[in-house]
Amino acid sequence: MVEPQTEPAPRRRSATGAWHWLLVIPVVVPLLVFLFNAKNPYLLGFPRFYWLQLAFILLSVATTLVVYNLTKSREG
Amino acid sequence: MRDHLTEIIIASAIFVIVSVMGFLAARWRRPDNMAHLNEWGLGGRSFGSWITWFLVGGDLYTAYTFVAVPALLFASGALGFYAVPYTVIVYPLVFVPLVRLWSVSHRHGFVTPADFVRARSGSSTMALLVAITGIVATMPYIALQLVGIEAVLKSMHVNPTWALIIAFAILAAYTYQSGLRAPALIAFVKDALIYIVIIVAVIWIPYKLGGWHKIFDAADTKFTKTNGTILNSGNQWQYITLAFGSALALFLYPHSITGVLASRSRNVIKRNMSALPAYSLLLGLIALLGYMAIAAGTKPIVSSGKADNNTIVPQLFDQMFPHWFAGIAFAAVAIGALVPAAIMAIAAANLFTRNIYKEYIKPGASAAEEATVSKIASLVVKIGAILVILLIDPQFSIDLQLIGGVIILQTLPAVAIGVYTRWLHRWGLVAGWLVGMGLGLWMLYQIPNPATNHKHFGGSAFALSKWFDPTTIGLNKTTVVYVGFIAVLANLIVAVIVTLICRAASAPDGVDITRPDDYTADAGEPTPPPPPQQLAGDELPEPVPTT
Repeated sequence: MVEPQTEPAPRRRSATGAWHWLLVIPVVVPLLVFLFNAKNPYLLGFPRFYWLQLAFILLSVATTLVVYNLTKSREG
Repeated sequence: MRDHLTEIIIASAIFVIVSVMGFLAARWRRPDNMAHLNEWGLGGRSFGSWITWFLVGGDLYTAYTFVAVPALLFASGALGFYAVPYTVIVYPLVFVPLVRLWSVSHRHGFVTPADFVRARSGSSTMALLVAITGIVATMPYIALQLVGIEAVLKSMHVNPTWALIIAFAILAAYTYQSGLRAPALIAFVKDALIYIVIIVAVIWIPYKLGGWHKIFDAADTKFTKTNGTILNSGNQWQYITLAFGSALALFLYPHSITGVLASRSRNVIKRNMSALPAYSLLLGLIALLGYMAIAAGTKPIVSSGKADNNTIVPQLFDQMFPHWFAGIAFAAVAIGALVPAAIMAIAAANLFTRNIYKEYIKPGASAAEEATVSKIASLVVKIGAILVILLIDPQFSIDLQLIGGVIILQTLPAVAIGVYTRWLHRWGLVAGWLVGMGLGLWMLYQIPNPATNHKHFGGSAFALSKWFDPTTIGLNKTTVVYVGFIAVLANLIVAVIVTLICRAASAPDGVDITRPDDYTADAGEPTPPPPPQQLAGDELPEPVPTT
C-alpha cells in the first residue's frame, strides 16, 4: 500500500510505521494452501489441515501483539 | 412439543432476562443527552477494550455463522473451514486501516463509512453509492439472523412465525430505546453463553462419539469422492479467494465499522485486533460441529420436502445434550442473533440518516433530529428484515447474503484505500464501483443452485470454465473462484484506468477536507486549529494538489 501524500511526518510515526509490514506475515501464511492441505501428521486426532490452520490463529495474535506494543501511543 | 418443554422453558427464561437487560441498557453509562447520534448510534464513542471485544465479537460472529458454517462442513467438507483462515487474516489485514479510519472519524465526527467517503473524495455521488451499498448489503444479513433463530425454533418444534415476530418486536423496541448500548450490554451474556456451550460441546460430544479421530474418519468416509476432509485441486482457489475476499469485505460492512467507531481510542482497536481471534478459535471449533453431526448420524429437519441443513447444529445439540443444557444452547444461538441484528439495524439506520436524509432530504437537521430519524429508520429496517424472512424462502435470503458480500466489497477502493491515499480520482471510484457491481452481479446471475433448483444467484462460487479453459493457465479444469474477489479486482483496475484518464484530461479532483495528521490523531489529543468543519463543502481548506 502506498503511504499517503507528502506530510512533514513526525519521525516517531515513520519509524514505528515500518513495523506494520510485519502484519503481512499472518495475512499471507494462512493462504498458502500447500502448507496445510494434507492429513499427516495428525495432532490429537486432528488432521494437519485442521490443527495447523487453528495454530495460525496464534501466529496472527502474536504478530498483532508485537505490532501493538511497538506502535502503541502512551495513553489510552 | 412436550419432549421439548424443558428446552423451551429455559430458552424463554434466558430470552426474557436478556430483553430486560436491553431496556435497562439505556441507563448504562448514561449520557447527559441521549438525543444525539453519537450516543444512540455509537454509545458515546466511549467503549474500552473489554466492551469493544464483546461488542465487536458479538457483532461479527453471528448466530448465522454459528449455524451456517458447521452446516457447510456437514454438507461440503473441508471447503467450509475457509471461515478459519478468513477470520485469522482479517485482523492483521485491517489493523492499520481501521485505526486510521477511527482517527479521522474521531476528528471529524464521522458516524458512517459514507461520511468518510463524502469528506475524503469530495464526491457526494460516491458517498451515496457507499451508503446505498451498505444498506442493501446489510438488509439480508439481518434477515439471516432470523434464519439462525428459526433453526433453533424448528428444533424445539415451536411455530417459528409468531415466535420470530415476538422476538423481533422486543428487539426493535429496546434498540429503539437504548441504541447501541443495548447490544453492547447483551453481548456480554451472549458471548458468555456461547463460550460455555461450545467448550462443553467440543469436550462432551467427541467424548461421547469416541474421540476426534472417529469424527474425522466419519467425515472422511462421507467425502471420499472429493478428497475426504482436505481440499482438492478444483476447490483450492475457491478456498483462498473466499477467505481473502471475505476478509476484505468484513470491515467494510457498516455494522463492523459502527462497532469500531464506538471504541474509545486507537489502542482499544489495536488491542482488540489481538483479542478478537479468540472468537476465531471458537468459530473453528464450532465449524467442526458439522463433522460431529456426521459422526453422530444427525439428520437435519426436513420441511416442505427439503432438508434444512441449517438445523444441523440445533439437532446435534438436541440429540447429544440433556434437555436443560440444550435449552441453554438454543438460547445462546437465539441471543447470538439478536446482538448483531441490533447493531446492523443501527448501522443501516445511521447510513440512511447521515447520508440520505441529512444529505438530500433535510440538510439542516439538528443532532436531535438525526437521532430521532435513526431510531425510526432502525424500526423500518427490522420490519423489512422480518418481511424478507416471512415472505421469501429463507434459502433465498442466504443467496442474498452471498450477494451482499460481493457488493459490499465494491466499496473497498473508496473506503479502505481511501484511508491510505486519495490518489484514485472520484470518477475513477464511481466507474470502478459501477464495473465491479455490474460484473459481480452478472457472474452471480450465472450461478445455479442445484440443491434448491434456483437457476440464478445460487451461490458465490464461479466456475472459470464458463469463461475459458482453466487448464491453459495450469489450473484444474473444475477450478472455481469467489465472485467477490474477481469483481473487486475489476473494480480496482477500472478505478486506476479512469483515474489516469481523468488526470490526463485534467478533470478537477474533489475537495478533501481531511488532513494527513487526521489519520494519526488519538483520543485526548487537542484538535489543531483551524478546526476542521464537518462535511463542509467548498470553501475550506484548499484541495490537495495533484500532479
